[in-house]
Amino acid sequence: MALLEVRNLSVDFATTSGTFRAVDGFDLTLEPGDITAVVGESGSGKSVAFLAMMGLLPWTATITSDVMTFDGSDLRGITPKQRRRIIGKDMSMIFQEPMTSLNPCYTVGFQIKEALRIHLGMDRNARQARAVELFEQVGIPAPETRLSAFPHQMSGGMNQRVMIAMAIACKPKLLIADEPTTALDVTIQAQILELLTSLQEETGMALVLITHDMGVVAETADRVSVQYAGQKVEQQAVVPLFNTPHHPYTAALLAALPERATTKHLPTIPGVVPGQFDRPKGCLFSPRCAMATDLCRTTPPPVAGPELGVARCHYPINVPVEQDA
Amino acid sequence: MTEPVLVAENLTQEYVLKGGLFGQDRVVRALTGASFTLEAGKTLAVVGESGCGKSTLARCITMIEEPVSGSFSLDGTLAAPGTHDALRTTVQIVFQDPYGSLNPRQRCGQILEEPLLINRPDLSPDERTRRAREMLDLVGLRPEHYDRYPHMFSGGQRQRIAVGRALMLEPKVLVLDEPVSALDLSIQSQILNLLVDLQERLGLAYLFISHDLSVVKHVADDVIVMYLGRPVEVGSKEEIFAHQRHPYTKALLSATPMADPTLRKERIKLTGELPSPVDIPPGCPFSPRCWKAQDKCRQERPELDATAHAAACHFPE
Repeated sequence: MALLEVRNLSVDFATTSGTFRAVDGFDLTLEPGDITAVVGESGSGKSVAFLAMMGLLPWTATITSDVMTFDGSDLRGITPKQRRRIIGKDMSMIFQEPMTSLNPCYTVGFQIKEALRIHLGMDRNARQARAVELFEQVGIPAPETRLSAFPHQMSGGMNQRVMIAMAIACKPKLLIADEPTTALDVTIQAQILELLTSLQEETGMALVLITHDMGVVAETADRVSVQYAGQKVEQQAVVPLFNTPHHPYTAALLAALPERATTKHLPTIPGVVPGQFDRPKGCLFSPRCAMATDLCRTTPPPVAGPELGVARCHYPINVPVEQDA
Repeated sequence: MTEPVLVAENLTQEYVLKGGLFGQDRVVRALTGASFTLEAGKTLAVVGESGCGKSTLARCITMIEEPVSGSFSLDGTLAAPGTHDALRTTVQIVFQDPYGSLNPRQRCGQILEEPLLINRPDLSPDERTRRAREMLDLVGLRPEHYDRYPHMFSGGQRQRIAVGRALMLEPKVLVLDEPVSALDLSIQSQILNLLVDLQERLGLAYLFISHDLSVVKHVADDVIVMYLGRPVEVGSKEEIFAHQRHPYTKALLSATPMADPTLRKERIKLTGELPSPVDIPPGCPFSPRCWKAQDKCRQERPELDATAHAAACHFPE
């Protein structure tokens, strides 16, 4: 049975100027041990979808879905009390800004032990031992002294390690890393990514990596799902996604990478991601797509089969030859 | 060979941290001994991690701050307090965050005209408007954008306004402090193309500050790699990306994720954190994290060797 199963998840925000659909028909199935990356530009709804599963969205959000189960429990009709038993324990999340996600008023040791006390009910000595063990696991030097440090006394890389230690404290089955390295320097980013993948191997948890960095995706993930304007436009294993993207958006995104450039001019995607008021009628990517036809502009595209990376497009590209005939 | 438009020699900047009532004042050496030349129509990229002095360098070159020692000349004129006002129009800056660098209460047209209002007081209002409208066209915005406020624009459009504002005084040198790091990938390529076009048309020299090596590899002609306020390797882009001489450059390149899943490689893992610029290690500043460090590295500070592709290392490759 799948660890996490989400079907047709939509999130609407009530704003002063009407409702805004941030996530539109999001599907995801995760097996234990999967490393999945979710990529997309800002505003593509990648973070919101996972915050909805964690139940961390404000009251202005309306969450609807056909299926949303995690490890056998239905996340839709769950009470806040039941939810708190799951999140932070079996399902935990690392946020982008370690400096703002940690509480500046408490030592990092207190914050990490809080999770151990509440979820696992360990006694004081066991908590101390486990916290030291966790700090060692994430590569924080001198763990005993660092436990009594405050977040402002440590660097961004160290704080992100604390966040990771906190997230894996209760041996979660699913770890969601929301842009875990965006705020960090490249040499530190390499250390953190290495740490996440080695932890994943050790514990066998499922790892979701939310990012906008194609380099990080290529080096870490097994499976990639591409989000655009709240919709999933394509999902494939990492190597075929980079070699034969099926959705024009994925192809354009890859072509815009400076390292793939052959000339001084980069191929660009004209225009911007649609906002609340200029959402196109048909395919959401059609105003920016080089291959769009009248059909694309009027009719929302169907979702192609898994052999075409479930591309949400009328005219998927890189279609295998035998399919053409 | 063309005359360089920007020559910097041994630029050094320090900040004093007050120790408080009982503590001692401490000195942050943000930038030490930066020397380089920049020619018209060329791009010099400055790369390094946070705290390596990239932005301090930008602030010195744009005369936002006075360096504590060292000198630089722009277009043949030595920058000194007396010449700052005259030189400010030669060098302009584009900041990283287009959401923070534009005044939300000014219309796009006012933003573009303000440099002229201050530095070219003899221009008539009509002339200013005409030039601002020309600039809108040059940076790829539409005429009707003239009367809009910054919040009505997307991030990429705002960065176009910021570039346009920097170009209003027809500078020769443009300092670009992380111009695309706050932008999405699809927008990033639009801005990079704009910068390439403008450079070709106007013969601008760019001082391009970035931490993203794939962007640097795309735009730069020459590269300076900085570590803790010091240049550790200087050379042409081809040299730096093909064979790195300094171990830090090597580590930096190997840590940069490549967008090619078939190329999963062994990374050089740097241990430890960037030391604080308040107490830079004696000897080579990189020695505590370097896998090749020997006793000599920990005691003697290596200087940049005097070759075209220079590296500040006792044991360069």
